[in-house]
Amino acid sequence: MSTPTTGPSAPEIERIFREEYGRAVAVLVGSFRDIDLAEEAVQDAFTTALQRWPAAGLPPSPAGWIITTARNRAIDRLRREASRDDRHAAAAEMIHARDEPVEEAAVRDDRLRLMFTCCHPALAQGAQVALTLRLLGGLTTAEIARAFLVPEPTMAQRLVRAKGKIRDAHIPYRVPDATELPPRLGAVLSVVYLIFNEGYAASAGDRLLRPELCAEAIRLGRLIADLMPGEPEALGLLALMLLIDSRRAARTTTEGSLVLLADQDRSLWDRRTIAEGQAIVRECLRRNQPGPYQIQAAISAVHSDARNASSTDWRQILQLYDQLLTISPTPVVALHRAVALAEVEGPHPALTVVDQLDLRSYYLFHAVRADLLRRLGRNAEAAVAYDEALARTANGAERELMERRRREITGA
Amino acid sequence: MKQYLLSIYQPDGPPPPAPFLDQVMRDVTAVIEDMKTSGAWVFNGGLHPPGTATVVRFRDGDVLTTDGPFAEGKEFLGGFCIVQAPDLDGALEWGRRLTRASTLPIEVRPFQRNGTR
Repeated sequence: MSTPTTGPSAPEIERIFREEYGRAVAVLVGSFRDIDLAEEAVQDAFTTALQRWPAAGLPPSPAGWIITTARNRAIDRLRREASRDDRHAAAAEMIHARDEPVEEAAVRDDRLRLMFTCCHPALAQGAQVALTLRLLGGLTTAEIARAFLVPEPTMAQRLVRAKGKIRDAHIPYRVPDATELPPRLGAVLSVVYLIFNEGYAASAGDRLLRPELCAEAIRLGRLIADLMPGEPEALGLLALMLLIDSRRAARTTTEGSLVLLADQDRSLWDRRTIAEGQAIVRECLRRNQPGPYQIQAAISAVHSDARNASSTDWRQILQLYDQLLTISPTPVVALHRAVALAEVEGPHPALTVVDQLDLRSYYLFHAVRADLLRRLGRNAEAAVAYDEALARTANGAERELMERRRREITGA
Repeated sequence: MKQYLLSIYQPDGPPPPAPFLDQVMRDVTAVIEDMKTSGAWVFNGGLHPPGTATVVRFRDGDVLTTDGPFAEGKEFLGGFCIVQAPDLDGALEWGRRLTRASTLPIEVRPFQRNGTR
């Protein structure tokens, strides 16, 4: 047996820091109440690690090393500034002793607090998403900018502005109390789901980074479910993301065109991810406190159960949509329910429902209508509906699919 | 404690009917009283309509005086409160109570430094 004589490489160190970034920043924000200082200190620790780790080897607990080193660097920074700023001087005096060990339970709480700060309703949702990816996900500003197809200076400005508001308006760093928790947790969960959907939409832009956004959303989803075990909707969201993500390989052809659920090669579905997602759905059912994410996860789980499209239990899916519509009576849910209704009762009753929905600006409304009309043999009307849908989406893969369907019925 | 400005924005146009306005005044006064008992209250006041405003501005070495508000708009500042709270959530809670009482939108904005006499 030989022991390794060389430490980790720079890319390995980078990966470790990215993974530990959220924990380290959260702990430092907890100690110093200053996001910029926390970020700078973790960056300082990263520079130190790049200098030391390759020769000295990985410390026994890299996570603990990062936090301790960053905290020491933060104290150094505060001492340097202490002569200029009395407030910082006072803060520096209050800080824990150097090299004080890190308590794991406190780290958990710090990450949860930081998540609620990032997703505070006083911040625009775009800023909430960017902050969450930056501070908890450890993504760089450049990566977040590419993922959301905005120029890097725009994203940098968005982050600076959001952090400035947290500082100047004293947006709190704490988990909301019980009365405020449901809406605030809802905001956190929608940010995570938004990140997931952004990664899942097979649209134009940086294809390489997008699966990473899904992975990041699932990582955040796991974190919240782990930090708030008493919240079934957090579990529901995690299950929903896992079940959708399990079909990623089957969702596009090798050329990148979109494949609908019914036409997917189900042998490409990731069975392990499905098993994990379904186990969580069963856990939610046991708890019997249904919510929108849990029901959507249950619907996804029914699809995952079917060996092929024709053996899908549409009756059960329709029942779940009925339940979802009771909790969130929105036209978009009604539209999705109509798709299930078409499978159970046929396209005609489904079309009657769809035609009553006020969703004319939404491309999926026209896409669903077109499909129902096509199945009813009303090809001329279907062609018009496909055109309406095409006029309302810029997503390449979706456009390609609808153009193909349109060609099939018009022969043109 | 940090201080926040709670601005009450009013739509331009004729005032609402008197019974409605009386109820609003009673509800707003109740919120202000609660601010005072809880120690959050720093200052508050209602303003005369924008037609009573005068703008003075320094330009090319001279001070110019003009009649009317600084900016004409569909909404104008109708009044304001200054509260102190431990953080934004505390200030927003007063904002929520004030918007319910006044039926008007409230802008909550932090002061750079707390005011001193």
